[in-house]
Amino acid sequence: MSTLLALPLHQSATVLDLATPVDLTRRLAAMGLRRGCQVTVLRRASWRGPLQIRVDSHTELMLRRIHAAFITVSAEVAA
Amino acid sequence: MSSARHIALVGMPNTGKSTLFNRLTGGNARVANWPGLTVELATQRVLLGSQMARIVDLPGIYDLSGGAEDERVAQQFLAATPLQALVVVLNACQLARQLALVLQLKALGAPLLVVLNMSDEARQAGIRIDTAGLAAELGCPVLAVSARLGEGVAELRTAMGRMLQQPDPHTLDLSRAAPAADWHAQEVALWKRHVQHPPTLAAGPTARIDHWILHPAAGLPLFVLTMFALFQLTFALGTPLQDGIGDLFSWFRGAALQPLLAHAPALLQGILLDGVYDGVSTVLSFAPLILLFFMLMAVIEDSGYFARAAFMMDGLMSRVGLDGRGFVMLMMGFGCNVPALMGTRVIRDPRGRRLTMLTIPFALCSARLQIFLFLTAALFTQSQAPWVLTGLYLVSLLVALGTAWLLRGRQICSEPFALELPPYRLPLWRQMFARGWGECRSFLRMASTMIVAGVVLVWFLTHYPDQHNSFAEMLARAMAPVLTPIGIQSEMAVALVFGFVAKEVVLGALAVITGTEGAALAQHLAGSMDHLAALSFMLFTLIYVPCVATIATVRKESRSNWFAAGSVVWSLGLAWVLCFVFYQSARWFFG
Ligand SMILES: Nc1nc2c(ncn2[C@@H]2O[C@H](COP(=O)(O)OP(=O)(O)OP(=O)(O)O)[C@@H](O)[C@H]2O)c(=O)[nH]1
Repeated sequence: MSTLLALPLHQSATVLDLATPVDLTRRLAAMGLRRGCQVTVLRRASWRGPLQIRVDSHTELMLRRIHAAFITVSAEVAA
Repeated sequence: MSSARHIALVGMPNTGKSTLFNRLTGGNARVANWPGLTVELATQRVLLGSQMARIVDLPGIYDLSGGAEDERVAQQFLAATPLQALVVVLNACQLARQLALVLQLKALGAPLLVVLNMSDEARQAGIRIDTAGLAAELGCPVLAVSARLGEGVAELRTAMGRMLQQPDPHTLDLSRAAPAADWHAQEVALWKRHVQHPPTLAAGPTARIDHWILHPAAGLPLFVLTMFALFQLTFALGTPLQDGIGDLFSWFRGAALQPLLAHAPALLQGILLDGVYDGVSTVLSFAPLILLFFMLMAVIEDSGYFARAAFMMDGLMSRVGLDGRGFVMLMMGFGCNVPALMGTRVIRDPRGRRLTMLTIPFALCSARLQIFLFLTAALFTQSQAPWVLTGLYLVSLLVALGTAWLLRGRQICSEPFALELPPYRLPLWRQMFARGWGECRSFLRMASTMIVAGVVLVWFLTHYPDQHNSFAEMLARAMAPVLTPIGIQSEMAVALVFGFVAKEVVLGALAVITGTEGAALAQHLAGSMDHLAALSFMLFTLIYVPCVATIATVRKESRSNWFAAGSVVWSLGLAWVLCFVFYQSARWFFG
């Protein structure tokens, strides 16, 4: 178990749970970021800016750190 | 009831609805690689087969029950309009998460037509879609289309024509819509059955470009450089054209108009030549710059760069109470403040949205740019001018961000939002021209109405009751106590008052007030203003209220007269205070 925020860069993980605000959770689900999907953090912006996240293989999005902290992912051991 | 049969284009943001709309209707809806660009309905009548239909381009929606303002426009339209067909536009590369919208609509019994757009990109990515299988399972036609290349559009037209044959239009009852989450399992199952994906996707060009564009150290300088290059290129290519047009206008005046009007009454001669012609020709010579500026802007908008800018700037912007999207709106405001203000609808938090709306009027729009170009060219050397302009852009950004910082209240911006970063896309020539020409046309339309009217009015104000004691003169005297401390000659007062209506009028007004045009006007200004006075004038013009259209938009978008009035007072006050500080301290330093 780890949060999306703590997930090391370029390491793939499965989303286990989202404890984000309801509206955001719904929007993230529409963007494909929902329970069970694969996520990878591609980079973190400077000045404590957002994360660039790849969802499965179809979507890339940016998400703020405070919200990434509320998303739990499975911390698979890096292959 | 009207006999108009409506067909709506619905889909998630950035799936290419506006591009498809333009393909189907030959229209000129704005297209950009930025989710949430379309915020208003666009409609156009087209002939499909033998019947007329009204096609409506809706703003993107993520699902039918979401609550952001940008989604509400589309939802309200869907709930209120009987539709002959709904064309659901999906991004073929993202079916795994976009099919739920189709399922949601289908459950409401809507007559659907599913378009798998961007099939060119899907093909390139090696994605194979069994459209027949999908169609069978969804119980409606499914077509692979590329709105960009025009593939499959003819088939789509035929299919739409067929839907028009059906007798009764359908009105959606959105209150019955099940939450999108209920459809996710079915969505995944559908996707697995009908879409074949290559096992691993190779890191595409987007990842490689991102490596540099989003580079922690090089990213931001690169962005500034890109914007700088955009402005430089506009001037480098546009100025010779502008000069050419200016010469043409002067020649026409001397060779044709003056002889023609030689025997006309002096009054008529004055209005037509010194009023309308001088004013309007000074303004019109900017048409090539407008065309180029927006063509280049279209390249950047369509590339997907703005979404990256939002990513890079979000950390910084959150500290002044805004977010990355606010930064992008400021950039769009560099073109024109009005659409940028409407674009703030993607921000849900009303406080964050209002704060963003307060900053946008400070974005140095293309109308103000005209004035600055003219003045810098007239008063500064060729090597100084670009620096002055760059400085003005910096001031514009600083004032915008400073405003947000001062008025942000206590909390830092923590609006929950997620923004898609779409793949990089190359602009189409057609789209570039469409954008440039669209802006040019509305500029010309304005020049032929508002600017003519403004210029004629200025002419009367400067010539009545009599030349030496005119209304303009009286106004100037009345405003002198306010303008003198900030180094602006009272001669300019009338121009500033008209600049309140539209910045495009300012140059025309100056031409009329000074009774000169083009090069002579430049010379006159150079003779009557020094550098500090000119800088102060430009600073004031940059910061005080942009134009009536902007104020009206602020009012409409905030739904508050008080807010709009506050925004006007704030910018007027700020303009005066900043100019006062600048002018007086500069005078003190440089004597
Ligand atoms: N490769 C490819 N790109 C496309 C296609 N259709 C549209 N685009 C691009 O996709 C981006 C978004 O297009 P728009 O037409 O603005 O999308 P929209 O759905 O109206 O977007 P919103 O206004 O956000 O709802 C633009 O960069 C288009 O050039 C297509 O068929 N293929």
